[in-house]
Amino acid sequence: MKKIINNPELVVEDMLAGMVAAHPDYVRKLDNATVLVRANSPVQGKVALVSGGGSGHEPSHGGYVGKGMLDGAVAGAVFTSPTPDQVYEAIKAVDSGNGVLLVIKNYTGDVMNFEMAKDMAEMEGIQVSTVVVNDDVAVENSTYTAGRRGIAGTVFIHKLAGAKAETGASLEEVTRVAEKVIDNVRSMGMSISSCIVPAAGKPNFTLAENEMEIGMGIHGEPGTHREEIKTSDEITEHLVNKILDDMHLEDGTEVAVMVNGLCSTPLMELYIVNKKVSEMLTEKGIKIHKTFVGEFMTSLEMAGFSVTLLKLDDELKELLDAPADTPALRVL
Amino acid sequence: MSINGKKVIEILTQIAVKIDENKGYLSELDATIGDGDHGINMSKGFKAVTEKLKEDNGVDIAGILKKTGMALVSTVGGASGPLYGTAFMKSSMSVNGKTEIDIKDFSNMLKDALGGIKMRGKATAGEKTMIDALEPALEAINKGIEQGLESKAILKLAKEAAYNGVEYTKTIIATKGRASYLGERSIGHQDAGATSSAIILETIYEAIE
Repeated sequence: MKKIINNPELVVEDMLAGMVAAHPDYVRKLDNATVLVRANSPVQGKVALVSGGGSGHEPSHGGYVGKGMLDGAVAGAVFTSPTPDQVYEAIKAVDSGNGVLLVIKNYTGDVMNFEMAKDMAEMEGIQVSTVVVNDDVAVENSTYTAGRRGIAGTVFIHKLAGAKAETGASLEEVTRVAEKVIDNVRSMGMSISSCIVPAAGKPNFTLAENEMEIGMGIHGEPGTHREEIKTSDEITEHLVNKILDDMHLEDGTEVAVMVNGLCSTPLMELYIVNKKVSEMLTEKGIKIHKTFVGEFMTSLEMAGFSVTLLKLDDELKELLDAPADTPALRVL
Repeated sequence: MSINGKKVIEILTQIAVKIDENKGYLSELDATIGDGDHGINMSKGFKAVTEKLKEDNGVDIAGILKKTGMALVSTVGGASGPLYGTAFMKSSMSVNGKTEIDIKDFSNMLKDALGGIKMRGKATAGEKTMIDALEPALEAINKGIEQGLESKAILKLAKEAAYNGVEYTKTIIATKGRASYLGERSIGHQDAGATSSAIILETIYEAIE
């Protein structure tokens, strides 16, 4: 494998050090934890937001630490959810007495580790609330699966719940907003290449030259099915239709759109996807309030993309448009 | 069989060695229906256990198991960390205060460990998880105790039952964990967590004279 790293065992440490060096006004790293918090944590007078998960999805989540979004981001080993003590350190570092909301992506490990951390923090008298993001429509939401995965739509929870927290709202209110975003956000992705966990040294799977994996997650795990690669428009149509089938949006609904690259797909291709997305939505009478095209939640060096739609109402629109200033996302 | 604290530490150290030897294999299994990090994470976790236990005086068995559980929770990550960590921590409950354990104690330890895993993971047998190796092993141990077999023979049956469980996981669909996203595609592939559980039981069997 060719990667531009040093010791594979130290990728997360090295990366966090590099992030702090790049954005010292935004973030600092906790001493004994792979956690980035706002440079001025704990920020007084507001609920704090902590998220995180396995590394390898940058800029998620450390890139979203800053005003209007997260207070802390916990970085587990690559593709591995962080341990409870790490999350607990983050909670302690950001809590200003107004409570902490944990934004958890729906993976068995993430849910277990973050909830164990919540138990630890509550034993110390810190108020902690949790929400679990499960925006991926690729998987059936059934008792026969671990439930839908949390993918790029998570960034919308960071943005909107983060904005709500900046207003000084209570933990209940911030949690309510987070739940509302979760109820209204849906995503689906695909990929045309696997990725390589640094410590493993080889890809999790290989796709043939003409193959693509539909319903790809963000950890290099196989998706729902594999088929011969089609055109961008055909792929996008498939994904967006799956999302729309799940959302039942009416004529005149407003949405926010995210076209998220998984890392190795050129911006050119992401914009081509967005052309189709915007055409499909316009055709169905769905109004696009705002569009985000870029890399928000990647998967190491995977090539592919995901589409996310967030159904908006007045409350959510205002929070989406509220200012934010983080290394990876700035809204003026 | 009568195992003291020092022997427990020896066994845990040997488990760390076996897991490390198999880390590539375990990660490969995990790559097929997961995200490919099981072996790496387990190896890291058990190495941390070995380090932690270096300073232990080898007397208080429950303390050793608790330390093991906590080391795993704080280093393995993923779902395996909380599951194995809880397993070891719960296993300490029935041997509180003991400085020697026998096969009946081991059966109680495994029973509590399994209970912890089921509680933490909200899973049962037949969902293609580590439970599918550990539950048959526990049944084999209890049967062996009932039949009055020698400890070494009982542990052999436990190991075999665990590996049969691993084979069984190949035949079923995953309804828990990352493999569950694959639906029917998970059939035909062996579960990494069940495999690491079987390796652990095999190491315990090999360590007992």
